[in-house]
Amino acid sequence: MPAKIDRAFYDIGHLDSLAEADTPLHRLDPRAKLLTTAVFIVSVVSFGKYEIARLLPFFLYPAVLIGLGDLPLGFLLRKLLIVSPFILFVGIFNPWLDRTVLLQLGTLDITGGWLSFISLLLRFILTVGAGLILVASTGFTTICMALEKMGAPRIFAVQLLLLYRYLFILIGEAIRMIRAHSLRSFSRKGSISFRVFVQMLGNLLLRSIDRAQRIHMAMLSRAFTGKIRVIRQFRFGYQEVLFLTGFSGLFIILRATDAVDLLGRLVLEISR
Amino acid sequence: MSHHIVEVRDLKFRYPDQTPALAGVSFLIRHGESVAVVGANGAGKSTLLLHLNGYLTPTDGSVRIGDFQLTRDTVRDVRRTVGMVFQDPDDQLFMSTVFDDVAFGPLNLGLTPDEVRERVEKALDTVGVTHLRKRPPHRLSTGQKRRVAIASVLSMSPDILVMDEPSAGLDPRARSQLISLLRTFHHTKIIATHDLDMVVDLCDRTIVMHEGLIRADGPTMEIFGNEELLAASCLEKPLRMQGCPICGG
Repeated sequence: MPAKIDRAFYDIGHLDSLAEADTPLHRLDPRAKLLTTAVFIVSVVSFGKYEIARLLPFFLYPAVLIGLGDLPLGFLLRKLLIVSPFILFVGIFNPWLDRTVLLQLGTLDITGGWLSFISLLLRFILTVGAGLILVASTGFTTICMALEKMGAPRIFAVQLLLLYRYLFILIGEAIRMIRAHSLRSFSRKGSISFRVFVQMLGNLLLRSIDRAQRIHMAMLSRAFTGKIRVIRQFRFGYQEVLFLTGFSGLFIILRATDAVDLLGRLVLEISR
Repeated sequence: MSHHIVEVRDLKFRYPDQTPALAGVSFLIRHGESVAVVGANGAGKSTLLLHLNGYLTPTDGSVRIGDFQLTRDTVRDVRRTVGMVFQDPDDQLFMSTVFDDVAFGPLNLGLTPDEVRERVEKALDTVGVTHLRKRPPHRLSTGQKRRVAIASVLSMSPDILVMDEPSAGLDPRARSQLISLLRTFHHTKIIATHDLDMVVDLCDRTIVMHEGLIRADGPTMEIFGNEELLAASCLEKPLRMQGCPICGG
């Protein structure tokens, strides 16, 4: 088990180091990317529960971004796979619960349950994928700064920043504790009994409180008055406007009209 | 500014749970002096340091830093004068990039963005980590973290540098690089440490603490020559002052 935790720990770091690259996508103002991602997610999520065909054109967005940002597709897919059990669990009962036949392909009946399950999966891939791409091309810290710049409550942005900064330390401390435990638990093959687990958790909490106190001390000794100040200059130029309006416009058109159907009919019309 | 930059008089302190930590400590430190505070674990070194930047307030006695008597009203001015480098750089570097961390103090002092940038660049350059400015602190090595922690204090232009175990956890090369770096600083320095060899390199004067009291205060070489004193304070002579155990020289 410790090895797995270690691995997950370094993976978070890797996602962040991707954000240090320098590509047209990375150079865009974070606010443009953040807003575009928000419009994308809202458009995708707002479709009806049986929708499949109209979701497909939305894959254009992650594809273009991965290309622009030179992001590793395999790595992102692996990340998606790690989160996927949650969504599979949520959707897996749909085919049994909803047995209305909505579509017949020859002798094969396709029920509403299957359609909604597949639709859910597609939405999951699109939205979580877009989130991952946002982090991989922007960096978590910069996203927090952008949130703050766009008027999100300061305390919220600062909480996120500190959370992210100390996540690594907390995980590191937990890893060391588990390692110490597994080195001294010979018979029980690394599984932690409930009683020991509770104590470890309590210990971790106490250590965190101690650390919080020391961090507060460090802040005070650097003239901290209750407000975290950061210098960050963002530039919202014509490229950002183009990116934001172009993609958002596309998403809204794809959401409002049935572009696939229109295109299909157009093709049929021409070929007739 | 007064000639005596740090003046501690009959300082006593008990922790809220009544554990006595300091039992009447007095000393004077002058401008530009470099002073080591040594002693066994639990001798009261860290507690003493925490009084010097006003994090703890004395139960009894007084602390004077530069022109300010340490009180609730002057604590901000005191903190501006005293730059404190903590033992664990992970406690000190709480922002998410090196640049933001070093800029934290100057921004709180109300400097303009241009001034802040200038100070950050200068501090990073002084400790030689300009190339790390965009990196997140949690992904640096301990030696790099320590340098950034020092830069984060230098950027506030303090008169006094107070350091808790600056050489702890460093590999031998990082340690000697740190010592050469600290040697170039002209600040008044107060260093609490167990690394007595570093004390020989950096500090002309040493204060020996034992059980919340000052057991000795004098020239470093004199103190380290007094084996009786060292043994009574749970200390040992710096390695370079001991005879060679292999060749017997």
